[in-house]
Amino acid sequence: MKVVAENLVWGVRNKTIVSDVSLNVAQGETLGLIGPNGSGKSSLLRLLSGLKRPGSGRVEIDGSDIAGIPRKALSRQVAFVQQSAATDTNVTVRDVVRLGRTPHRSALAGWSEADETAVATALERVDMTSRKAQAWQTLSGGERQRVHIARALAQDPQVMFLDEPTNHLDIHHQIEILRMVRDLDLTSIIALHDLNLAAMFCDRIVVLQEGAVRATGTPDVVLTQSLLRDVFRVAADVSPSSDAGRPHIRFKVT
Amino acid sequence: MSSDDTEHGAFRLAAILGVSLVVLVFAVAAATAIGDYRIGLGTVFLSVTNELGLTQADIAPIEQSVVWNLRLSRALVAALAGAGLALCGAILQALLRNALAEPFVLGVSAGASTGAVCVIVLGIGAGSLSLSLGAFAGAFGAFALVALLSNGATSGPNHTILAGVAASQLFNALTSYIVTTSGNAQQARDVMFWLLGSFGGVRWPDFQLLLLVVLVCHAVCIWMGRALDAFTFGDEDAAALGVPVGRIRLILFGVTALLTATIVSMVGAIGFVGLVVPHAARYVVGPLHLRLLPACAVIGAVFMVVADIVSRVIADQQTVPIGVVTALVGVPFFAIILYRARPQL
Repeated sequence: MKVVAENLVWGVRNKTIVSDVSLNVAQGETLGLIGPNGSGKSSLLRLLSGLKRPGSGRVEIDGSDIAGIPRKALSRQVAFVQQSAATDTNVTVRDVVRLGRTPHRSALAGWSEADETAVATALERVDMTSRKAQAWQTLSGGERQRVHIARALAQDPQVMFLDEPTNHLDIHHQIEILRMVRDLDLTSIIALHDLNLAAMFCDRIVVLQEGAVRATGTPDVVLTQSLLRDVFRVAADVSPSSDAGRPHIRFKVT
Repeated sequence: MSSDDTEHGAFRLAAILGVSLVVLVFAVAAATAIGDYRIGLGTVFLSVTNELGLTQADIAPIEQSVVWNLRLSRALVAALAGAGLALCGAILQALLRNALAEPFVLGVSAGASTGAVCVIVLGIGAGSLSLSLGAFAGAFGAFALVALLSNGATSGPNHTILAGVAASQLFNALTSYIVTTSGNAQQARDVMFWLLGSFGGVRWPDFQLLLLVVLVCHAVCIWMGRALDAFTFGDEDAAALGVPVGRIRLILFGVTALLTATIVSMVGAIGFVGLVVPHAARYVVGPLHLRLLPACAVIGAVFMVVADIVSRVIADQQTVPIGVVTALVGVPFFAIILYRARPQL
């Protein structure tokens, strides 16, 4: 599904956090959202997924304004994976993934064949089927992140938003998770810190600076030496990699 | 198809419901038979069937009256109060995401005590207000204050808990102030005793009112049970799963306030049940609310009826406040669960 944002503005009290952001994400595209700390990545992600209401501007998913879609109906189209979710409740992996079916079930409806299939497929997709009876508390950080992606998949969404899904993961799991998300047949929008990972896995990148869009385009167009210097305040060499259109960034100590 | 843990949990729920209901019937019967004036179980049974018009057995009117008018209504109110408090505890633990949450965490019992002393000690309402009505008004006043301080409970769990702590302190201080400046030792003692809880004065009208409130609140909570599960990873996560977070929270806080205020105004602030029973129930049927809530209700009911029996037999010629017994009976039992559920490191 297409995601279109027009002139989004959002802030708290007197501080504008997202200022006049417009963007366009095509069906099936993997869009990376990068920018320094405090540039408004997380807030923009929440505006796009309908978790926050914009002060002005609008978000359209597949042509309809999400402000007019009830919360539950929206959650059947859009899934949100928050960074490092935590709980004290003693739930199993399967319980967590089953939560993904919440928007598809009425208050007292039983567990349907479709629910079961969705959960089983999602667990299979993140390779956690054999761990489904395990207590969530006993999982490692990478496994928890995979379970939360499985839960998002069980929602059966057309668009998935991920807020820094690779935080606190080792490099193997970072790559594994991003590859998994890219290969999904979904439109996905990912806030990321690691610029090389963004270059490796995103079709297009949006660079945010102080709440506004600074640049948009394919990784090789966006990730230039001058942008890295201006926005991220780092010196870096940007060289083409063996993968066309996906540059490699090497940071320099100045 | 693999639904291992699901069926397992459903079986455990069925087992706990079945066992608890049978135990509950026996506990209520025992509570009706036991007392200063002992009545045989057979007489209890016949008295009840007589009153229901099923039999016309020949039973001394005094026994019939004690069974029906005093003890049975008392035992049934105890069961409902236990069920209601346990339910409130489970709901608040989920909404506030805090294992220490219990029905009185939002200041309801403190407000009730202030309302009660206003009626008993200050004589507000000049005899037209009963202690129960005063307590109910105070309980809801405290809840309204907490709702106000926490922006209708939208400011996050910890903020809401802090608002509850502030309201509790304020109303407890007001109660103490009124009691100590009144200079009437007997009144102070009455208030203390009432605060610790007692099923002494309850009759059938209390039962009917409480039954209605407990059934309605339980139905609302079950209806929202699945939404409560979605709060496992926090409010925002629940919203992402399509739950109308603000509305659910406001309704459920309101339901727990109504239920707790009704119970407190009737039988006083009975502690411990609302904290411990949800943990015990979670240990048996797991954390999902469609199972947890019914399990809490039956376990809470049994626990309270048993505690009431103990409160009447533990000391000769005296009734120990029920709140003392729930803690004395509950803590050892809770210690076992804590020990068995300790993290395996």
